[in-house]
Order: sequence, then C-alpha cells, then structure tokens
Amino acid sequence: MIVQEKGWREIPIAAVCWKSSTEFLTGDWKTFKPVRDLEKCTRCLLCVIYCPDGAIRWKADLGDIEFDYNYCKGCGVCANECPAKAIEMKLE
Amino acid sequence: MKSVVEQKVLALNGDEAVAYAVKQCDVDVVAAYPITPQTIIVERFSEYVANGEVETAFICTESEHSALTACLAASLTGARTFTASASAGLALMHEMLFVTSGCRAPVVMAIANRALSAPINIHGDQSDTMAQRDSGWIQIYAENVQEVYDSVIQAFRITEHPDVLLPAMVCLDGFQLSHSMENVKVLPEEVVKRFVGVRQFPKVLTHEGRFAPLRLDPENPMTLGPLAFPNYYFEFKRQQEEAMKKALEVIRQVHEEYAEISGRRYGDGLLDAYQLEDAEIATVCLGSTAGTVKAVVDELRAEGVKAGLLRIRTFRPLPVEGIRRALENVRAIAVMDRSMSFGGHGGAVFHEVRHALYDSEKRPFVVNYIYGLGGRDTSPMQIRAIYKDLEGILQKGRVETPIRYVGLRE
Amino acid sequence: MKRIIEIRWHGRGGQGAWTASELLAKAAVYEGRYIQSFPEFGPERMGAPVTAFTRISFEPIKLHCAIYNPDVVVVLDQTLMKTVPVAEGLSEDGKIVVNSKDSPLEIKQRLGVIDKVEVWTVPATEIAVKILRAPITSTAMLGAVARATGIVSLESIKRTVEERFRRDIAEKNFAVIEESYREARST
Repeated sequence: MIVQEKGWREIPIAAVCWKSSTEFLTGDWKTFKPVRDLEKCTRCLLCVIYCPDGAIRWKADLGDIEFDYNYCKGCGVCANECPAKAIEMKLE
Repeated sequence: MKSVVEQKVLALNGDEAVAYAVKQCDVDVVAAYPITPQTIIVERFSEYVANGEVETAFICTESEHSALTACLAASLTGARTFTASASAGLALMHEMLFVTSGCRAPVVMAIANRALSAPINIHGDQSDTMAQRDSGWIQIYAENVQEVYDSVIQAFRITEHPDVLLPAMVCLDGFQLSHSMENVKVLPEEVVKRFVGVRQFPKVLTHEGRFAPLRLDPENPMTLGPLAFPNYYFEFKRQQEEAMKKALEVIRQVHEEYAEISGRRYGDGLLDAYQLEDAEIATVCLGSTAGTVKAVVDELRAEGVKAGLLRIRTFRPLPVEGIRRALENVRAIAVMDRSMSFGGHGGAVFHEVRHALYDSEKRPFVVNYIYGLGGRDTSPMQIRAIYKDLEGILQKGRVETPIRYVGLRE
Repeated sequence: MKRIIEIRWHGRGGQGAWTASELLAKAAVYEGRYIQSFPEFGPERMGAPVTAFTRISFEPIKLHCAIYNPDVVVVLDQTLMKTVPVAEGLSEDGKIVVNSKDSPLEIKQRLGVIDKVEVWTVPATEIAVKILRAPITSTAMLGAVARATGIVSLESIKRTVEERFRRDIAEKNFAVIEESYREARST
C-alpha cells in the first residue's frame, strides 16, 4: 500500500499517530507457525508468559489458551520453552 | 481596557517568588529534585503542599532526569506541571529536555542559573541554560525578583497557548537573584487563577477515528512520542520550529495582557531596550547583571555619554528582528556572556547578536565580554570600564581584542 | 538621609548574619522602602565566615552586585576582626557596629579606621545568652543597628520579628532588641 507522504503543515501535532498500531497485522510475514498438540498440552501457561508479542492469551470463556496468528511472528520461543513439548513450529 | 489590580508588597527572594507564583497558578503536579541554589523553591513549595495551601501532587524523584520525565508524563495526561533545577541537575535532564519539547508538553521549569562542574561551583552563571538553547524550550531571563514572579505566571499562559505548546524555562541568576530578597508586588490569587485559566487542548484525530483533546485518556486512546523514520522526523522538527516562531508573538501578547493587570512591563516582553534610542555605545546583557548596567548607564548619561543597554529577556525564541532594529544604529556594542562556548570564539549571546546584525546595512563594532563565571561578581566600576573600552574602539576605529574577560586575573 | 544605604554584615555560620540582614530589610519594607538582602557563602558549615548584604533605598534598586563601599558594617562575631578585613571599603563617614564588651574606642583603635568613622559596640552575645539562652546574636545586633543608624524604627523591626517567630520566642526577642538598643555605645 503506497501512501502519499504528508508535508509538515499536514502532520498532526506532537507526532500523535493517526492510526492505531493494532491496524497493522504484523503476523502476516511469518515463515513458521506454532501448532499445538492439544493432548500433550498441560495448560501450564508458560507459553503465555514467554511469548514476546503477547500473541498467546488465556481465554477464560474458552477455558483454554488461544494463539493470535495476526500478530504471531513465528519466533519459536513458545515451542522452545514448552515443558511438555506440545508445540511444533510448522512451515507456513 | 483592564485597570491595574491592587497588589500587596512582600519581601521574597527569587526562589521564594517562584514558589509563590507556582502556588497561585493551580499547578497539578510538581516533581522535583533539590540542587543549590534552587533548593528553596522546592522546600517552600513542599511547605505549601504540607499546609494544604495547594492541591498539587508533589513527587520527590530520585534524580532530575526522573523529575522531568515525571512532569512530562503527567503533562501528557493533561496535568499542568512544574519543576525546577540548576547546573548539573539541568544537565542530567538533557535527554528529556528534547523529548519534552518534541512531545509538545507545556512544562514550566525554573532554573536558578548555576555554573557547571568541573571544578565544582555552586554559584551563579548562565552556562547551564545556555548549553540547552537548542533543546526547543522557551527561555526567559529575569532581571530582578519581581520579574521572576511575573515571568513564572506568564510562562503557564505562553506554554499552553495552542499556537505554542512548547515547554519553557524561567531563568534567575543563582544567588544573585535566587537568594536575594527584594520587594515583590504580588497579584491576588483569584486574579492569577483567572489569568492562567484552565489548560486547553487542541483536538487531534485519535485511534478510534474521533477527534479528541490532545492528552492521554483511556476514553480516547492515542499514541504520543512514537518512532518517526527518516521520511517523517524532519517534518515534525519543522513543526516544532514553527511553534517557536509563533511563540514570539504569543510571548508579546501574554506580556501585554499581564502588563495591563499588573502595571509592569519589561520592554515588549522579548527585549528590554534601555536608553538605546540615540545610544552610540551599548552593551547587551541577560539576567540580573543588566540591572547593574542600567545603574551605570544612568550615571554615564548624567555625564553626557550616549550609553545604552539592550537586555534580552526572551532568548529562545531569539527575537532576531528586534535585536537588529534595536542595535543597528549603535556604533560599538559589547555583548556580555555569562557562559563560555569552549573553542567557539566567544559566547553564545555574542554569536547570536552578531548573527542578528550581519544582514543590516550598518556594521557596528561588536565585541564579547565573558563575565561572572562561577559566581564572580561584576561591579559597577567594571561595567564602566567596558563602556570606556567601547569609546576607545570608536576613537581608534578598530577592534584589537574581540573576546575579553571581565575581572579575570591573567 | 541618603537615597540608598548599603550595609554589610559579618558573622559566622549559625549566628544569624543572613537572618539579621533579612529582618532589617523586611522592616524597611514596612516603612515603604525598596530593599535587597542577600548572603555570600564560603564553605557551608557552622562556624565558617558568612557575609550578608542589605541595601535599603527610596527608589527601586537596579544594582545586582556585591556591596563594595558599605555605609554601615555590622560585625556579629568579634573574633572575625582578626581574619576578615571587616572594615574594607567602609565609606569615609560610615559606621561600624561590633558585638563586643569592649569600649568603642578600643575597637576603633584595633580596627585602625579613620577618625570620621563612627564605631558602636554592644555586648550582643551577653544579651542573647541572658535572655535567649543561646549565642544567636542576630536580633541582639538589630537593636544596636537601629540605634546607630536610624534607618528603621524599632516598631518595624519588632513587627518583622513577630511575623517570623512563635509568640513566646518573639517576645523574648523584643526584650533582646530593646536591651541592645539601650546598651549600644558609640565613640
């Protein structure tokens, strides 16, 4: 998406961002994607703590964790840290 | 046309006057760290807080860097904030000065000008604030304690003006003003509150697509102080510079409005020209020593000498046009600098005054006098000698020593 | 009376030279004068020499520099006379007020000042210790200064003391000021 760049008179004061960062789906360029084996997963929630992007979240209504692939960049830290070896990094 | 308000006279020193003015301005947050000669500001204000005379949230931070950061953060949530420092404390804030200005936060700070180490010196000179003249802060230098009081109040109006939204430093010479008790006419609190008013915010487009006041508020999420790549950073800096340019007019207006209420004027708010109309020789000076110069100019005028003084009250933004117009017809000018720019062939004020005069048709002689470093006193006799030197330059028709040092032992 | 009077105070840290200079300045404000009062510090510790300055004028004061030719010099601690040139720059017809039990003539000889200079002495330490039970000589010198110079009235000085200190301490200081005024002697 090519955007016409604004001049100094048009940009907002104090560099207030005119878009929220959540509009940019930073997970769309990942190479590897974490896939969880639901049998092996003990719901210890260590992956939730370790994820550098906060892309793994505990969902109370589901009673389980959820991977947000919109923002997951496939870094593999969750797979590395999982004590049950329940996560596998698969090619996207 | 407003009429001058009745005011009571108090005996306050510079630091006390700052604290008193802040007390009257309905400040929400004060985050500060003590350093001589500013300590009395913070001590006195903390007494007001303890006595319940103000509802300000007072935060004792672990350093000046944190103090300014706390003020910046509070300011971005919409609070009116104030802090004070000097010398090494101001130097420690260096990084955050640029951030505060870049975030367009209207923080007001009093600086009790003090020399920088090394060697350690607790006394007054202007190297601390001169070293920060590029930071994007408005700088106002006061000549006496009355002006310190008046300037702090004006600073809140200037910084919060929608055309400006830049932080400001009110500078008072360490010990010479900070610890000097003088007569101060103070305005009634209601008058000050009405003058500074409630902080206003421009509207900006926020994340949820609505226009909302520029301040951090969970109701209207927005991001302030983000990353800006090479393709945008330059434009944001140009925008900041525009605010500085607009500040010239705003400072003049606020000064005029205040003058109508208080009955006190300091030139036009930017420059204080003293006996300059037909002056052949003149000095340029910032801060309290300009007062001593005024007393000497009075004596010289009584003796028939056409001497004058230009006191620069607002140093940032620099009133370039005003300086040029005020000094154009003077034939020899001594620019006094209470700081040094090592290796820079003269002090900051010298450079900037010469710059202001560069494009004028007439070329007065302009020389530099470095004075008062580390609290060194400057006597009326020494000021007289400066004017004598200027007369000598006119007689000889040339300058032999462009950079001189007042009272320096060789 | 001169348009502007310049006073220099010499004391040691903790004796109240700065306080005395402020109290005198505030008293002058009550009488409609313009004032300036400021200290000059050496090392910031008890016992180190402290110099304070007061300017009292009928017009707004433009000067912002040290006082080079005081009209009045006040010495709160006699021992300073040995190490500090207390009479330096004193104007020809100036006055000097010294905290001392000795006679003004003796002090005058020791200082070596010219004849025109008026020397006053007052046993300020003795008065202070007697009434305040502490050798804080600030108010004890003020009474003598008021007597010697006539710059401000005793009433104005008492008013500033009343504002500055708690009721019981203020009253003790009134007594100190009054006795100092009475006991001051000159050449």
